Amino acid sequence: MTPHALFLLFAATCLGPSVTHAQDAPLVADVSENLVAITTGFTGKEILLFGATDGPGDIAIVVKGPSRDITVRKKSRFGPIWVNRQSVTFRDVPSFYRIASSRPLEEFAPPNLLSRFQIGTDNIRLETADDAALSPDDLKVYRESLVRLKTTAQLYDEGLGSVNTTSNRLFRTRILFPENVPTGIYFVEIYLFRNGTVAAAEIVPFNISKIGFGADVYDFAHNFGAIYGLLAIALAVAAGWAASAAFRRA
Amino acid sequence: MQIYLPIAEMSVNVFLILGMGGAVGFLSGLFGVGGGFLMTPLLIFMGVPPAVAVGTEANQIVASSVSGVLAHMGRGNVDFKMGGVLTVGGFLGSGLGVWLFSILRDLGQVELVISLSYVLFLGIIGALMLRESLPGVMRRRTGAATTSPDTRGPGRHTWIHGLPFKMRFHKSKLYISAILPLAVGFLVGILAAIMGVGGGFIMVPAMIYLLGMPTQVVIGTSLFQIIFVTANTTFLQATINQTVDAILAILLLLGGVIGAQIGARFAVKLKGEQLRSLLALIVLGVSLKLAYDLVITPNELFSIAAEIK
Repeated sequence: MTPHALFLLFAATCLGPSVTHAQDAPLVADVSENLVAITTGFTGKEILLFGATDGPGDIAIVVKGPSRDITVRKKSRFGPIWVNRQSVTFRDVPSFYRIASSRPLEEFAPPNLLSRFQIGTDNIRLETADDAALSPDDLKVYRESLVRLKTTAQLYDEGLGSVNTTSNRLFRTRILFPENVPTGIYFVEIYLFRNGTVAAAEIVPFNISKIGFGADVYDFAHNFGAIYGLLAIALAVAAGWAASAAFRRA
Repeated sequence: MQIYLPIAEMSVNVFLILGMGGAVGFLSGLFGVGGGFLMTPLLIFMGVPPAVAVGTEANQIVASSVSGVLAHMGRGNVDFKMGGVLTVGGFLGSGLGVWLFSILRDLGQVELVISLSYVLFLGIIGALMLRESLPGVMRRRTGAATTSPDTRGPGRHTWIHGLPFKMRFHKSKLYISAILPLAVGFLVGILAAIMGVGGGFIMVPAMIYLLGMPTQVVIGTSLFQIIFVTANTTFLQATINQTVDAILAILLLLGGVIGAQIGARFAVKLKGEQLRSLLALIVLGVSLKLAYDLVITPNELFSIAAEIK
């Protein structure tokens, strides 16, 4: 968890619904499912995020997947062929990113706050492991490429999802996770904007995890690689033998 | 119908995978080749991570080689002693190959090395096969008599016969240095592990032209040693890189087994030379396609890879 997320979690605990004065909380929110299960038939999943505020205001929502170190590589010509030659590694990049809001962001949120809370793909903080080697312009190209490739893979979305509000009190939005969604702990950050400032913030964690047969295979392959390998070989030998036996008879 | 592949971490259409297995199986039954050289690039093209494609394909080849070798054993066409020596070399080679593979993956160069190996080896083998089989096809067309020039056989002495550690291989009617099959097994083992193939398309010509083995024992013996080399690759990829997707392997197998049987039936209807020139064209086609992809300016110069912590 990043320090920023920790801060939010802290803020959420102070402001959020879990404390005793729930009726005083300016913002409460939850998701329809705390566990998104990736089963053998998984083709993507939509979950509902909903909540209530204590009065009028604008809602901005950021969904972040578990952080990973991501290496961006660039091909360039090497003789007649194209080869990966330069690379930049970004630390603690969200593996998944979505935003949604009740109105276009620029109508209610000042740029410095959007930047501080990393709302919008342009505002995702991307820190390199060794930033000395590259000029800011070059770094910008790598940054943009990371966002572009993540967007192509449906893991980032630069577009703004819509948050529906009812009577200035209730809000809800749908978050769609594609089939290639990374597994791990996700955080939904909900910001309540009033008069150009963040009046309240809430953070809702949930889990995306492999469940069932596929998950067992994955865990087994990673925890008992040698036995998994031997079983895979045994299975293949048996299958080959069975195929040969079946067709010899036919 | 979609199915989620647990190791590749992607959702694929079951029928697409079965169809691919069937199509490649058909070709392998038709031509008597393993088909790894077609399947691995296809899987990578579909979006399966290269490491998973190579590891899984090794697993699938274990099955198809077992099925193939049983048929050849029935006809007594396996030189177990030669196969054993080749396997020892193959074990060492595939071990080195898997190790090289994980280093190349960390460097971000594994796709390049896979492509270059395919371009180089498929290009050479395809060109040689085409050169060898085309004149036969041409001659048959024009009605002239076919005489194949005998380039092998006893009586040809080269530096190869001066090597130490000589061994007698009864089945192959050979008395040659064990270093030779060890080296062949070793080199093919490295390539098999990196390229995700059984290596039959390199092993078979090497056995005929380099070792001088009689043609009737070549295929069976090659399949015999491929079982152990690909089993070793499967084991090492599963242990070191966790990149063997058993679910994907089973799906490919199901399609492959059926396709291979249909292909074998079709093979009877085609002439040997036609078959070989067709195979040569396919091999050359794959090689040229990969070479073209390396040379043209890519649409996307950038790529990303995540390191899971």
